[in-house]
Amino acid sequence: MMLLAVLSGFLLALAVPALHRVAGRHIGWVLALLPALLTAYFASLIPTISGGENLLIQNQWMPGLGVSLDFMVDGLSLVFALLISGIGTFILIYAGSYLKGHKDLARFYVIMLSFMASMLGLVLSDNLITFFVFWELTSITSYMLIGFNHEDAEARKCALQGLFVTAGGGLVLMAGLILLIFITGSYSFSEILASDLAIHEHGYYTAAAVCVLIGAFTKSAQVPFHFWLPNAMAAPTPVSAYLHSATMVKAGVYLLARLNSSMDGDALWSYSLMFFGAATMLTGAYLAFSSTGIKKVLAYSTVMALGTLTMLIGVGTEKAIIAFVCVLVAHSLYKGALFMLAGALDHETGTKDITKMGGLWHSMPRTAIITGLAALSLAGLPPLFGFVAKELMFESVLNSPSWSWGLLAAAVASSILVVAVAGLVFLKPFFGPARTTPKQPHDAPFAMLIGPAVLTLLALIFGVAPFLPATFVLDAAVSSVYGSGVQTALALWHGVNIPLILSGVSLLAGSLLFIAWQGLHPTLHAVNTAGSRVGPEAGYFRFMLGITQIASWQTRVLQNGVLGVYLLILVLVTFGLTGYTLLTRHGFQLDFDFSNGYFYEFGIALLIVAATVFASVTRSRLGSVASVGVLGFGVALIFIHFSAPDLGITQLLVETLTVILLVLVLFKLPPFVNLSSPWERYRDLTVAVFAGAIMTLIMLAALDIQYFDSISSYYIENSYGLAFGKNIVNVILVDFRQLDTLGEIFVLGLAAMGVYSMVKLRAEDQHKS
Amino acid sequence: METMMAYVIGLLFTASIYMMLRRSIVKLVIGLIILSNAANLLIFVVAGLTRGAPPLILEGASEIAGTVADPLPQALILTAIVIAFSVLAFAVVLIRRAYEVVGTDDLDKMKDTDT
Repeated sequence: MMLLAVLSGFLLALAVPALHRVAGRHIGWVLALLPALLTAYFASLIPTISGGENLLIQNQWMPGLGVSLDFMVDGLSLVFALLISGIGTFILIYAGSYLKGHKDLARFYVIMLSFMASMLGLVLSDNLITFFVFWELTSITSYMLIGFNHEDAEARKCALQGLFVTAGGGLVLMAGLILLIFITGSYSFSEILASDLAIHEHGYYTAAAVCVLIGAFTKSAQVPFHFWLPNAMAAPTPVSAYLHSATMVKAGVYLLARLNSSMDGDALWSYSLMFFGAATMLTGAYLAFSSTGIKKVLAYSTVMALGTLTMLIGVGTEKAIIAFVCVLVAHSLYKGALFMLAGALDHETGTKDITKMGGLWHSMPRTAIITGLAALSLAGLPPLFGFVAKELMFESVLNSPSWSWGLLAAAVASSILVVAVAGLVFLKPFFGPARTTPKQPHDAPFAMLIGPAVLTLLALIFGVAPFLPATFVLDAAVSSVYGSGVQTALALWHGVNIPLILSGVSLLAGSLLFIAWQGLHPTLHAVNTAGSRVGPEAGYFRFMLGITQIASWQTRVLQNGVLGVYLLILVLVTFGLTGYTLLTRHGFQLDFDFSNGYFYEFGIALLIVAATVFASVTRSRLGSVASVGVLGFGVALIFIHFSAPDLGITQLLVETLTVILLVLVLFKLPPFVNLSSPWERYRDLTVAVFAGAIMTLIMLAALDIQYFDSISSYYIENSYGLAFGKNIVNVILVDFRQLDTLGEIFVLGLAAMGVYSMVKLRAEDQHKS
Repeated sequence: METMMAYVIGLLFTASIYMMLRRSIVKLVIGLIILSNAANLLIFVVAGLTRGAPPLILEGASEIAGTVADPLPQALILTAIVIAFSVLAFAVVLIRRAYEVVGTDDLDKMKDTDT
């Protein structure tokens, strides 16, 4: 059942093209049935999970490799699964209306459903390898969705950037996961979490933690990898709402939360989470405040929320984990809704620039009301769930065991900025003087408003009655991140305390900032433009440029088309490595014991040597070819003398043919001239002598050592008995190994055809001219 | 004798690699021929040299009496000689053709893919 639930997205994706033909423009509503069913299914698991039980569903996949399709449902994964399927339902409905009549709507749904399935797999996987496979699948589907408008060069560039950052981080993560497997000896999250092994005392721990952190930071757009997320806004808005705010970018945070109870208490882990989380939170809040495109504003405020989540895991107290789960849920609800509303604004007015919108309250009242509520949650104002989450965040930062004041300053600064951002998102477009927009604005259609309306309503209900979600799933989620049972006591009203005062301060300061925004904006814009020249994104571009430069440099050096250089490198590498192995394994041994030879054998050897040297140094082509012939006949003599008559005969025949062929063909080529400089000749000679010396040493070593007996005795014994032949070499060729000989005949045939066709080609050329 | 041949074969490899590194295309062919001879000799010698005992079963007998030369490397080399010849024949004709088309026998000038 669970397997089907996870993979159903892929199955439905296969059917989309056919369904699209049948359902036409209602395709969004039809497809949304699947995530709706999945939501119901996951909701049916709530009683079990909130009872403190974890489900483990095992499916074999590749047992030999330790890879399985095991799924684990605990509080954390269930919260994520509910968010993915629940928000997914509304996104699919929304997209049907947003992309109405788009020629690639079917393709969009195929990728979207695949993404949903991958994301469910990611949060439910118990096996580390399967988890990683789904992780990469989300990166790939995200790439295809960012680049959905593939005719737009800018979108393609942004898609590639997102892919490079997340998939590059994915590779690092893979190394981290493998190290984790080494440390714990287990492929399963549930086993790792259940074991009381002190992971952070292991020698590999630092490397594993750094790798996992980099993987999670790239995926969840933490500083300094945050730049890809705003660029991912090139995607259609349903994608931004789903992948780049509610689900995919939270995968990194999910991984951190998943591993937290095993890593908890380690300084490296918690300090890096607190530092990078707080830095991301501030950077995101500032950049959101200084942007003008509505989607960019929302994207940067997502970066801020992701930073907050990371920081809260780093703080790691019970209170902080409660705050973490609340911020997670609250953010998914309001940000999903706000993105869909931003898409509706863009769709109805024709612009994304908030400075060009104003006074839309009259023409889009329903959109305005929902946006207003969602923006309240973003700003962290009562009575919405965002307020509960923000109060908890302040409280846990106040009680943080370390860096309490620094984190508090960062938290207050970002919540001031985010109040101003909420103002930008809501007040700026809907109030103030009406402006003319590229399109005549009117309220968005029902399909585009239902999603935001339901999500905002949920945020309102959760805010007014926070005990509802708490008892259902949040308690279980907090327990699974914290590592032991936790009872949360959520309430909207905590009485007058420090967090409430801080909220009041940030509301006041944020409102002032919002009023001052118009005046501040040109300055901020100038600062950001200057900053982008040295920021991490500039680093990314320099890195990409560096890769191309190295590639073209190495092509110039290695792939330059000069055969001699290729050969030189090949020879040096081959003989260098072989020689190194020989010297380290066998040692350097020379042998000058020639006593077991007869003088006429030395005569043949001398003949071969003389012929070879003459063939190499002579400046006459005929002399060279003739002495190569002499060399061949010398080799034939060796064969005949040392008991290989068949070889001798073949060698004689072939050598004769070779000389005739060379004389016939090569004499149409120009005579030898000295083409190389003396330096080149000495260089080549050195390399050649080196290679020859290595070969001699290898031969001496081979003659010295006999690792195992020859397998020839089988052929010798069975030649007559089995194959009825008395010439054992011939029997091997045509009987024992006859398939090899057949292959050899094919090679000969092919070569003959090649020669024939080239000769023929030439004849025809001459005929034509 | 095997020790002697080890030095001879080392020299053959030296000569073949030196010739293959020349820029003249004919020298490359000469280098190829020397290389195939060197490789064949290498296999032959490493298996051990036996004088006057070819791997043949005598007329009337049904099995070998005494030790004979190892037949397996001989079978390998027989294949190698024939393959080397066919490759050489193909290479020679190809070179001839390339010279006609490109108009040079200098390998360093044959580095463009389009002529």
